[in-house]
Amino acid sequence: MTNEFSESLEKKLEETTKLGLEVVKEATEDRLMKLSVGPQHPGSGHFRFTIKVDGDYIVYCDPDPGYVHRGEEKMCEYRNFIQNIPHLERPVIHDSTNITYSYSLAVEELLGIEVPRRGQFIRAIASELNRQVYTLYWLAIYGIFLGHSTMFMWPAGDRELFIDLLTALTGARVTHAFNIPGGVRNDIPDGFKEKCLEYVNYFEKRLKEYENIFYNNPLFRQRTENVGILTKDDAINLGVTGSVLRASGVAYDVRKVEPYDVYNEIDFKVQYMKTCDSFARAYVPFLDMRESCHIIRQLLDKMPESGEVRMKLQSNPKGTPGESYKRVESGRGALSYYIVSDGSSRPYRVKISVGSFRNILALPHLLVGSRLGDMPCIYWALNYWPVEADR
Amino acid sequence: MATAPKDFRFGNFVGSLVWLIFWIIVIVSLVGLPLIFIIFFYIPLPYSNGEVITPYLFLSMIVDPTRTAPIIKFIIHTDFFRAAVFPGFAFAAMIAATTIYVERKFLAKMQLRTGPLYAGKIEGILQLIADGFKLISKEIIAPSGADKPIFWTTPIIFVATAAALTVLIPVAPGWVGADLDVGLLAIFAILGFFPLIALLFSWSCNSKYPFIGGLRALHQMIAFEIPFILSALSIVLLSGSLNLTDIVESQYSFWFFIIAPLSAFVFYISSLAELERVPFDLPEAESEIVAGWLTETSGMIYGLIQLGTYLKLYVLAALFVILFLGGWMGPQIFPQEIIPGYTGEKIYNATVINGIFWFTIKTFGMIMLILLPRGINPRIRIDILLHTGWYKLIVLAFINMFIVLAMIYGGVITPGGLQ
Repeated sequence: MTNEFSESLEKKLEETTKLGLEVVKEATEDRLMKLSVGPQHPGSGHFRFTIKVDGDYIVYCDPDPGYVHRGEEKMCEYRNFIQNIPHLERPVIHDSTNITYSYSLAVEELLGIEVPRRGQFIRAIASELNRQVYTLYWLAIYGIFLGHSTMFMWPAGDRELFIDLLTALTGARVTHAFNIPGGVRNDIPDGFKEKCLEYVNYFEKRLKEYENIFYNNPLFRQRTENVGILTKDDAINLGVTGSVLRASGVAYDVRKVEPYDVYNEIDFKVQYMKTCDSFARAYVPFLDMRESCHIIRQLLDKMPESGEVRMKLQSNPKGTPGESYKRVESGRGALSYYIVSDGSSRPYRVKISVGSFRNILALPHLLVGSRLGDMPCIYWALNYWPVEADR
Repeated sequence: MATAPKDFRFGNFVGSLVWLIFWIIVIVSLVGLPLIFIIFFYIPLPYSNGEVITPYLFLSMIVDPTRTAPIIKFIIHTDFFRAAVFPGFAFAAMIAATTIYVERKFLAKMQLRTGPLYAGKIEGILQLIADGFKLISKEIIAPSGADKPIFWTTPIIFVATAAALTVLIPVAPGWVGADLDVGLLAIFAILGFFPLIALLFSWSCNSKYPFIGGLRALHQMIAFEIPFILSALSIVLLSGSLNLTDIVESQYSFWFFIIAPLSAFVFYISSLAELERVPFDLPEAESEIVAGWLTETSGMIYGLIQLGTYLKLYVLAALFVILFLGGWMGPQIFPQEIIPGYTGEKIYNATVINGIFWFTIKTFGMIMLILLPRGINPRIRIDILLHTGWYKLIVLAFINMFIVLAMIYGGVITPGGLQ
């Protein structure tokens, strides 16, 4: 856009100088308007990115995360392995089971303990339920970002189904602190299985309605199809993960590639699309939710009827010196922990690698050259959670 | 689903109303009436028809219909009453207020919510009044560097322009504030002011997001003005008049919707765009440009602009009814007389009441249709919007216009009915 303009401008400039007229050259910067999107903007979250617009086109984008940095990694070094659980789930409370899942896996490797089989199943159930909660919240915000108020209210309402289930399971609405090294905190309550099946069956019917009102809406398709193309090569080079990667035609899911706990016993498909546009990035999480329902049903089926759910640990467990790296598939992609231990009861170093921070790297690449009206639908389709990225 | 607070008792509600009336009577008789008599002691009493109107006579006039009827008739036939109260501003504002309440409840039911519930005890009917008081009591913040005179006056001009439109709408036979021969043209002329006001306001704010919103409003209204006028043109061809009363009266045998459905569709879509409603709410797109050209509004400035917007909504719904759905035409359901054997001056007119009834019913139906897309559609992008306006809607409006012209020249219809 700008190049064409500046070329034609220079051509005109040459013509006018030939005539002997004096010309004041308009600087390219004069045409641009600098807009600050966030941190107090309805379309940003706890995050800021600066854009420059030339008319309706975005010509420059500079993401500026870090508004909610809390130093989670440093805080880990001053607490023991168990004390770390409650504060580690704060960066993404809507997906709190998944963010503590890979931490627990890594610590278990360091401490050399194994989770009982029933505990592994309960972990996986809680993880899938929490994935639904997160994705519904994400979808609600995606709806309101596109001006679709019904799509804000419906997922936000149906999210309560899974929150009810998780409350029955863990005792808290969003901050569960449920996964701990050695298993899960408590066994499932009575009647949970029937309640869970009932809710999941109802939710599958609701998913059809979501598809009818939102994904099959011609106006929604007009807005998102062929917008913000992230090709397969670009997606791999930029290092995006999760639904963003799968929407670019790469069938990559940590649950399938490196199955952890009981996921190798579960039969499910990796949902991916080859259109590489914003629509695909909005649709893949929806397909994931549908697949998650199948997974929950299988997990409830295969779960052992009774048994231990947690391996008893010392009150202040210590492992051998060493390091471990574990990752799980969270709502936003691969979420991994790298933990180094020096043999004491506290970790020597904890490094959290989150999907959000990887996905936001694609934002300038996608925004530059697109229209101002496409900004929310490209930005939020990247499945970015600002608080998690800042850690 | 809960529709009233848990401890709601209808008896208590009625009881509180009775107590309210009791205290009003007590206060009026103890304080109000003595005050009035004191005032009348000092000022000379007015004459009417050769008799002094004493307070006693005045009270008897209120009760005696033969005396009050001429006065009421005189008042309701003044131009001021027509502009300010009945077919004009107050009537439109009442409909606008009802619309806001209905919209909130309607949208809430659609989204599996309850909507306003507590203000006014029954289904939150007083929510709007509460919101109004809240807006009045809020501080109005003018941005530093704003062009203050324009910033303060444009909201008032916005409401005044919207109120000017309501005067041109005929509600019943003979009931219109200004019966112009170019009524339709006048409405389009006044509608043309709105993008200017939006642009002026957004420029005066000295802020970036309002400025983008104002430019978007301008683009959008220009793109949709032409299909808007073209869709109304086929009705002008059919009725042979620009006078809105004539247009309604020429639909006595059939509605123009039957002959011009495409025009009606174009008119409906264009009015959505004129009103900046979903899916055409680009000038107020929240996630892109905060609140568009309303970003810097606060307190009653916001309230005034909302009032103007809802007045505009009423006017465009009413215009659709007048052009396509036969205005006040409908079966006579009201009796010719309400007091049998009454021979004095008559205020009640069965035809007029019937006209008002049908007009209001149809207008509300149309308003609901305009509110509906808000629940089911996302916002569209500006290039798709401009493409829709300039390419698709203009073509559709032209197609219907040519159909109408062919029918007129082919002798199938004449202005006013089938041949």
